[in-house]
Amino acid sequence: MKKTGAQIIIDALIQENVEVLFGYPGGVVIPIFDVLYDTKEIKFILTRHEQAAAHAADGYARATGKVGVCLATSGPGATNLMTGIATAYLDSIPIVAITGQVASPLLGTDAFQEADIVGISRPITKHNFLVKSVSELPGVLKKAFHIAKTGRPGPVLVDIPVDVSRAELENYQYPQTVSIRSYKPNINGNFRQIKRAVEAIEASKKPVVFAGGGIILSGANEELLEFAKTTNIPVTTSLMGLGAFPGDHDLFIGMPGMHGAKAANYALQECDLIISIGARFDDRVTGYVAKFAPNARIIHMDIDPAAISKIIKVDIPVVGDAKNILSSLIKIVKKRDPDSWNEQVMKWKGDALFSYIKSEKEIKPQAVIEALYKETAGEAIIATEVGQNQMWAAQYYKYKKPRTLLTSGGLGTMGYGMPAAMGAAMAFPDSVVVDIAGDGSIQMNIQELATLSINQIPVKILILNNYYLGMVRQWQDLFYDRRYSATCLLGDYNGAQNAGSGNFSSKYIPDFITLATSYNVAAFRAEKSDEIVSVLKKGLAVKGPAVMEFIVSPEENVFPMVPAGKPLDEILEG
Amino acid sequence: MSIHTISVLVENNSGALSRVAGLFSSRGYNISSLTVAETEDSAISRMTIVVDGEESILEQITKQLNRLIDVIKVIDFLDDPFIQREVLLLRVESSKNNRHEIIELGNIFKARIAAVTHTSVTFELTGNRQEIEDFILMVKPYGIKELVRSGTIAITKPKK
Ligand SMILES: Cc1cc2nc3c(=O)[nH]c(=O)nc-3n(C[C@H](O)[C@H](O)[C@H](O)COP(=O)(O)OP(=O)(O)OC[C@H]3O[C@@H](n4cnc5c(N)ncnc54)[C@H](O)[C@@H]3O)c2cc1C
Ligand SMILES: Cc1ncc(C[n+]2csc(CCOP(=O)(O)OP(=O)(O)O)c2C)c(N)n1
Repeated sequence: MKKTGAQIIIDALIQENVEVLFGYPGGVVIPIFDVLYDTKEIKFILTRHEQAAAHAADGYARATGKVGVCLATSGPGATNLMTGIATAYLDSIPIVAITGQVASPLLGTDAFQEADIVGISRPITKHNFLVKSVSELPGVLKKAFHIAKTGRPGPVLVDIPVDVSRAELENYQYPQTVSIRSYKPNINGNFRQIKRAVEAIEASKKPVVFAGGGIILSGANEELLEFAKTTNIPVTTSLMGLGAFPGDHDLFIGMPGMHGAKAANYALQECDLIISIGARFDDRVTGYVAKFAPNARIIHMDIDPAAISKIIKVDIPVVGDAKNILSSLIKIVKKRDPDSWNEQVMKWKGDALFSYIKSEKEIKPQAVIEALYKETAGEAIIATEVGQNQMWAAQYYKYKKPRTLLTSGGLGTMGYGMPAAMGAAMAFPDSVVVDIAGDGSIQMNIQELATLSINQIPVKILILNNYYLGMVRQWQDLFYDRRYSATCLLGDYNGAQNAGSGNFSSKYIPDFITLATSYNVAAFRAEKSDEIVSVLKKGLAVKGPAVMEFIVSPEENVFPMVPAGKPLDEILEG
Repeated sequence: MSIHTISVLVENNSGALSRVAGLFSSRGYNISSLTVAETEDSAISRMTIVVDGEESILEQITKQLNRLIDVIKVIDFLDDPFIQREVLLLRVESSKNNRHEIIELGNIFKARIAAVTHTSVTFELTGNRQEIEDFILMVKPYGIKELVRSGTIAITKPKK
């Protein structure tokens, strides 16, 4: 069939079962938008900033496991996508970003709205393409989706000059298969290595499972659960792995690392074997690397050979897909009964993985998250912004299922949460989707309230308003002599006047209630601890989007904390 | 730190070179030489990269090279015996008085004469890195006008 480049792009998306597309128009993508105008199969969401379109595609991908797609114009439209693409790259999230480009003959001439976007995005994409002719387009789009979702997933960018979108191709057919000779991800683990792993597991007296985002990406959560039940080995999951193992399970010992649970950190330091599956030993997790898990042998199962022995020297590497490897493993591993090691770990775990000093008067941010957990029966999809809000969301909400926590772990992108929640809510309109936010982060993509409002996307935004860039203030509190340079969002330049005094001007800037109202979004504020539940109930009862703001104790810190560069068992506890 | 010669077979695509180079430059590593050309299959290019760096980091880079979609194969010659060659074009000052002496020096090194004028001799020398460096050292006292070195190319030694 004869089709234009623009028609091919949209048809390819339909063939790839894309249900929703996030984006923003501009000169060189008008031909594509013109085709979209008549397209019924794909719902298009006009965000208010391209960054949000990329995060929304990412949130959609994390919540569903499918490829998320975003579309932007050349130059500034494309550069606005970059933070979103880098965010997806560091967390191995499959998205396809389509960008318009100036006409091919103008490439490299500083043409109007020209930016070398394949050059700019090269180090933050799994792969990218500049399409040079319409005949390449079907094959490139097929490859883009294939590369994004297979192996270690990641973002792929396709840059399409406007003349390619306008050009016609006779005999268009979307390819059914794809083969790239230089790209053949290794799926099945080497059986000899799996047997070695089993031997090490059976020989171990103090084993720990460290599971990461790879379990979720692989869909291996049931295999992980079965493995843990058979062997009774305690399980810790990275921030990215939360939900890969039921957060309310007896064997779960919390997240490890800088703001991890004591139980997880002590267990890692004391164990004689770490069984790491789909995790990459990030420096937020290991603490001081030379003193990480000093007595442990390490089994590392990961689909990416480059992840093996990158930070920590691995004794038994198994390269392959987590689901595949775990399936083979559980067939041969022997049952293990709980023993004194389990007892020891449970002692570290105690009654609760995390605790804080409660208050009758002030709203403690941790109390808000605990109440949210109750009010949503632990069934919500939670997105987070970055900072303290993110850590409390990780500590005090128990994630029972995979794909229920959407958080920017690797890049730590403030402004991620609201658009990511929007992407998830597009996929699951009947689920409760909540963005747990700080008052700083939420302002980085606040314009998306318009998108939520106009499309009535039922995202609930929970703002923990502490007047501070709280996480940075916490570091200044603990390590910089309480010199609150540029972290108070209400104070004068350095916030010094207000530091510790609690004397803030009574004016909220912005006043999130008025702000939300101006976007026609319902908004509620709690200032005292006995208002927490009623505000949550009111906000969650709204059919469309809603803002729930909690004025929290301004200088609350996140604990436990392992200071950067310290070993995991040197824990600060408030 | 040690010098590695890494050979990378890549799809002959426009972005491939900067992807490969980017893995070195993002760590602040300087590639000391780089040669790229088509192989017997014109859709595939071979890059030969000489780089000086930390053993563990180069191992990491090698894995990351393998991860690039365009990369078909990576060989770090450190593990294999290999034959390496470089080409040198070197113009040295000379006059009637010392021309013979300089040409004699070239003969010892089996350098070919590419051009001769009243004021200079231009040599062409193929050899391994060490031979090239030795020759440069010997010629230096006569006054080097211009010097051009190719990057290193390398091939595994045939198995006997
Ligand atoms: C303010 C802040 C504080 C933080 N504090 C902490 C903290 O205290 N504790 C903590 O844990 N994190 C923390 N993080 C997050 C941290 O930075 C990392 O993002 C996180 O630890 C990485 O998780 P991961 O190891 O599971 O790897 P991911 O980034 O999820 O990577 C997934 C791994 O799985 C592999 N993989 C992918 N697909 C498959 C498959 N199919 N099969 C097998 N393997 C696969 C990949 O190759 C990769 O190695 C914090 C982040 C921020 C912003
Ligand atoms: C885009 C971006 N800029 C800067 C930072 C550095 N940073 C990390 S946490 C943080 C403070 C976040 O403040 P807020 O959103 O109010 O959350 P809180 O920590 O108070 O919960 C900052 C500035 C970042 N992570 N992302």
